[in-house]
Amino acid sequence: MSDESTRRVDAGADLTLTSVTKRFGTFAAVDDLDLVVEQGRFFALLGPSGCGKTTTLRMVAGLEEPTSGIITIGGSDITRLKPYKRPVNTVFQNYALFPHLDIEENVAFGLRRRGVKDVKKQVDDMLELVELGSFGKRRPAQLSGGQQQRVALARALINRPRVLLLDEPLGALDLKLRRQMQIELKRIQTEVGITFVHVTHDQEEAMTMADTIAVMNKGVIEQMGPPTELYDRPATTFVSNFLGQSNLVRAEVIARHGDEIVVDASGNKLGAPADRARRTQGTVWVGVRPEKVFLATAESEPQDGSNLLRSGVVSDVSFIGVSTQYLVRMPWGQELTVFEQNSGAREPFTVGANVDLHWLRAHTFLLDAQQDVHAGDQTYAELVTGAPV
Amino acid sequence: MSGARRRRSLTGYYLLLPGMLWLLLFFAVPTIQLGATSLYDQNGSLDTGYAMTWSFGNYIDALSDYRAPFLRSLLYATSATVLALLLAYPLAYAIAFKAGRWKNLMLVLVIAPFFTSFLVRTLAWKSILSDNGFVVSTLQALHILAPDGRLLATCVAVITGLTYNFLPFMVLPLYASLEKIDLRLIEAGKDLYANGFTAFRKITLPLSMPGVVAGTLLTFIPAAGDYINTKLLGTPAQNMIGNVIDNLFLVQLNYPIAAACSVILMVVIVLMVLVYVRRAGTEELV
Repeated sequence: MSDESTRRVDAGADLTLTSVTKRFGTFAAVDDLDLVVEQGRFFALLGPSGCGKTTTLRMVAGLEEPTSGIITIGGSDITRLKPYKRPVNTVFQNYALFPHLDIEENVAFGLRRRGVKDVKKQVDDMLELVELGSFGKRRPAQLSGGQQQRVALARALINRPRVLLLDEPLGALDLKLRRQMQIELKRIQTEVGITFVHVTHDQEEAMTMADTIAVMNKGVIEQMGPPTELYDRPATTFVSNFLGQSNLVRAEVIARHGDEIVVDASGNKLGAPADRARRTQGTVWVGVRPEKVFLATAESEPQDGSNLLRSGVVSDVSFIGVSTQYLVRMPWGQELTVFEQNSGAREPFTVGANVDLHWLRAHTFLLDAQQDVHAGDQTYAELVTGAPV
Repeated sequence: MSGARRRRSLTGYYLLLPGMLWLLLFFAVPTIQLGATSLYDQNGSLDTGYAMTWSFGNYIDALSDYRAPFLRSLLYATSATVLALLLAYPLAYAIAFKAGRWKNLMLVLVIAPFFTSFLVRTLAWKSILSDNGFVVSTLQALHILAPDGRLLATCVAVITGLTYNFLPFMVLPLYASLEKIDLRLIEAGKDLYANGFTAFRKITLPLSMPGVVAGTLLTFIPAAGDYINTKLLGTPAQNMIGNVIDNLFLVQLNYPIAAACSVILMVVIVLMVLVYVRRAGTEELV
């Protein structure tokens, strides 16, 4: 037990990136990035493709050299260290298992390079941890995608790195297997206590597994914090759209009553808690998550502590089993999204129905109206460019 | 339904047919003829005709009379193959990984010698290695070669010629297998504590083995049977088994012994290739 706990303490140490910049030509893939990952964390770098998250990871691994800035682990500078001298291991996107070696030798590769004795026992233990005990003599090509993924994990973990880097490790798996591996990865991370830095573009994956998420966009971190914090209090329109969906309505701040900011959105008075407001004067985006909104038949009574938008017309209804997704056209032309649980409490609305939108003021957030309302909105980007992002 | 399936399963055989007929006519029949000739009575001649006497003694005669050229062939071919591998591997590696936009141009340059005839190229080496050529005079000035030393008409010239002539056959398969290697595997190796050299030894080299095997076979097999290089760059003292067979068939008109030599060469090469491929153990990589 004591052996286990000391190992856990030694297993990691803070990873810090200080004003790290990486330029390819004139393009800054990573722009003056500051980041601290505490030891033992499951940390996710989340962002769309091309946001610089993989470049950041490769700089930590030593496969890419920063143009400027400093990277340290446990206080020691590793910025210019060769990859094979760093206390860091990587689970690569397509696993990069060695096709000419069997599973045991793949997993033993790192230990053998460091001249470790008693490799066999450690390899067996590690294969047991990832539940591949009987697969040691097979070749990577004889394993399924999920099994290969676990071999890649075992091959990296066996070296007990201070930081384990995971580059979209579940990207190649189908949805069901991905869910299963998310739980598995989280279990293993808790068990070994090593710092995991996980790069992904899948917001659900990041939220399921990570203690801390950093949302990256165009080479900078937009916001960093625990998943619930990011989801409930997005700092930018990019975060509000990239992490889940948001309704953003343009409004003017008109007053402040104690802890509440009051705004005017096309004639509707709405309130938001001051601590959820990124901007407290001038023009703002009033934000609310679609599942926080309730629909009511038109001319409904206003509720205490609730915001109310009247005169919506249901323009689209899609039934998705557990919930129904409504699009509601507002008098000013904007379409808002509402998710409603199919609890059976009332008949679903049909297209053309006149409805009111209610939601708690406590669920409202305010963002800077200077920011692009569509930033980070993947479906919108797809619509505009015609290509999946 | 079953008729359609049968027709589909037969399509493959129909596609094989032209090639099989060609091989039957120009490979199987001559090989059997060659085998038969090797067992003819040595006392026959083209004019009087040969009698089939199942003279296995022909093989003993061939081996005892021509042991030296046999061994020389294997030695020269092995040397040329090793040299070609040492020259071709760095070249193929550079083309595959370091050439960038020059890749295609470099590949064309590797193939470019094929635009001129094999004979002309070998004759060119004759003048390169000639006694008053710059190579010999440079080597003499550097005291690597004695003042009266020469390259032409020595085994050095023959092996040089063999190496040169078969180099592209080494470069191309090596390039093809190196080029296929996923660079992320090398990154993974470096991530797992392998320095540049270890990553090469443990990852790049084993993964390029199919190319090494194909290249060495494509070089060794024709080199072992070659007779042009000795003829143009060497002397009878460097005679390889190809020269012996050439001489027996076309000058001495001793068909049975010539055929026996050919069969021995063929069998030796096939056996060596079998052992080599088995030892290299690359089945699961190809």
